[in-house]
Amino acid sequence: MNFTRFGRPAVIAVVAALALSSCASNESATPASTEGAASALTGTLTGAGSSAQGSAQEAWIAAFQTANPDVTVNYDPSGSGAGRETFIGGGSDFAGSDSYLKDEELAGTFAACAPGSSAVDLPVYISPIAVIFNVEGVKDLNLDSDTLAKIFKGEITTWNDPAIAALNPKATLPATAITAVHRSDDSGTTKNFTDYLFQTAPDVWTDAPADPFPLQSGEGAKGTSGVVDAVTNGVGTIGYADASKAGDLGVAKIKVGDKFVGYTADAAAAVVADSPLVEGRDKSDLAIKINRLTTDPTHYPLVLVSYAVVCTEYADAAQGELVKAYVSYMAGSDGQSVAASAGGAAPLSTELADKVSAVLATIK
Amino acid sequence: MTTAVARGTIRAPQRPGDRIFSTATVVSGGLILAVLASVAAFLLVQSLPAFVAKPEDFTGGYTNFWSYVWPLAFGTLWSAFLALLIAVPLAIGIALFISHYAPRKLSQGLGYIVDLLAAVPSVVFGLWGIGVLAPLLQPFYATLVAWFGWIPLFAGPVSGTGRTILTVAIVLAVMVLPIITALCREIFLQTPVLYEEASLALGATRWEMIAMAVLPFGRSGIISASMLGLGRALGETMAVAMVLSPSSQVVFQLLTSQNPTTIAANIALNFPEAHGTGVNILLATGLVLFVITLAVNMVARLIINRRKAFSGAN
Repeated sequence: MNFTRFGRPAVIAVVAALALSSCASNESATPASTEGAASALTGTLTGAGSSAQGSAQEAWIAAFQTANPDVTVNYDPSGSGAGRETFIGGGSDFAGSDSYLKDEELAGTFAACAPGSSAVDLPVYISPIAVIFNVEGVKDLNLDSDTLAKIFKGEITTWNDPAIAALNPKATLPATAITAVHRSDDSGTTKNFTDYLFQTAPDVWTDAPADPFPLQSGEGAKGTSGVVDAVTNGVGTIGYADASKAGDLGVAKIKVGDKFVGYTADAAAAVVADSPLVEGRDKSDLAIKINRLTTDPTHYPLVLVSYAVVCTEYADAAQGELVKAYVSYMAGSDGQSVAASAGGAAPLSTELADKVSAVLATIK
Repeated sequence: MTTAVARGTIRAPQRPGDRIFSTATVVSGGLILAVLASVAAFLLVQSLPAFVAKPEDFTGGYTNFWSYVWPLAFGTLWSAFLALLIAVPLAIGIALFISHYAPRKLSQGLGYIVDLLAAVPSVVFGLWGIGVLAPLLQPFYATLVAWFGWIPLFAGPVSGTGRTILTVAIVLAVMVLPIITALCREIFLQTPVLYEEASLALGATRWEMIAMAVLPFGRSGIISASMLGLGRALGETMAVAMVLSPSSQVVFQLLTSQNPTTIAANIALNFPEAHGTGVNILLATGLVLFVITLAVNMVARLIINRRKAFSGAN
């Protein structure tokens, strides 16, 4: 048999395997020795959870690993529920979650934490949710939560409905049918959007907030990009998406108190800063009960707050040090500005950031 | 092989290549069975918790697994049926054109182009569906609903984005077209020339020749080609997940925003955030899809076997 025919591809395959296997780490190949005084931290940190934090986590990891070359951070954007479950089971060092720990989760034990200690929620990521629309001839749109809820419930079906016209006396609204676009996959964005409707329009929106969109009305699209795409390409469409992804689409102003407020990073941060903490929890737990019912026109109550869930005391003290350093970086001003440019997040207010760092200081 | 050895005293020399090759084929044959068995076993074991899942494990207010999976199974079959309804006549037309009408040079080129369609990844079809097809069809759908809304299939309200089950069926039809066309073309080319010449000699026109000689000869081939296409349409995931505006209900309307979604697309959409029993429930719907696909293929086999004696499939 003529073996040279097989010999050449075999050599190529071996060489390719060697070449490819040498770049398997997700860390850029900077030599570790060059940064003398920068950092003494070493080890591997594993996190899992919220996909809303996904792009911010990527940016945080890149920057944190550059500053601490001996540290490897892995983050799996597997979803908030899965992330909390992994963390409780001890599969990760911290969890990213769009909702704070439930009471029954807090009552249980956490495998990664020292015996007798518990876990806390620390807000690290705030993202305003924009109500985007695409209606011919309409540039500005004002909506109150009752009208918004009726639109997404399918009770208001045309753009020139008297309820919308009453809120927008200056606009010329067409008789086009409304297509309300929601997320077809489970999403923290849906949960926060429906929570806003549930709290501010209780007479219309009676479904409890949840990750999947609760109704069989309107149109579904996959992911934030799918919703933005459907709204952009459709006729008479309206949807909700992370504000950073709204692009050139029209963005509706929502009614807060007596005024109509558009989203801004400041207004989103302001409502979170003024919201009370969830009652009945340890004082180091910074779970926020977002004040959706605010009447202050400098607030934008349609926001998503995402947490880092960490132990108060780690079973492995070295891991505790790593988590402390990484979460401090995330919640600090550097991390917040990185998240703002990477994912369009609203930075934490100084007051809240101080609270977070005070809690972090006590973590062992 | 054994009869040759038994008859004579001269044994055929067994070269290493013979032994290696025969072992390799046996291993390959066994491997495919093992893989299929392990997939089935995996689905079965993982599905068990879903059948006894509590109502609170389901998203969207379902009380048990069967009420959850029924609209999805319906959507899977409905979208695949619509796709075949579009693709099969078109494929037969293209195949007949290539085999009996087109000049030789053109038919070869056309055959290659149709085969090329099969090489396009489904995610590209998905993007094309959202970006091009849906916006293109939306005004047409609006007109259809305005004029023919009294027909239950075309009842409104029309979708504002065009991402309806009809658009999905068209995308799926384009995706299964190459498989069906290629097989039909081969089958039509196998029609005995004697039959064709005989019918022409009896005074048949070309169309009558095709209707009386080519199509009856190729009937079971057309069915098996359609079933292969159906298999792809049933399992297609990405294009459906991207294009369709899903809801979980049994509706026949083609042009509204609320469309029955498919099992495969539902798994793709909900798996990333699923945890606990939710994963088992999704895998159990996968098992249902597995069973549906097997059943469809078995029915197809049955039909083909019954008609085998009269056609070119044997």
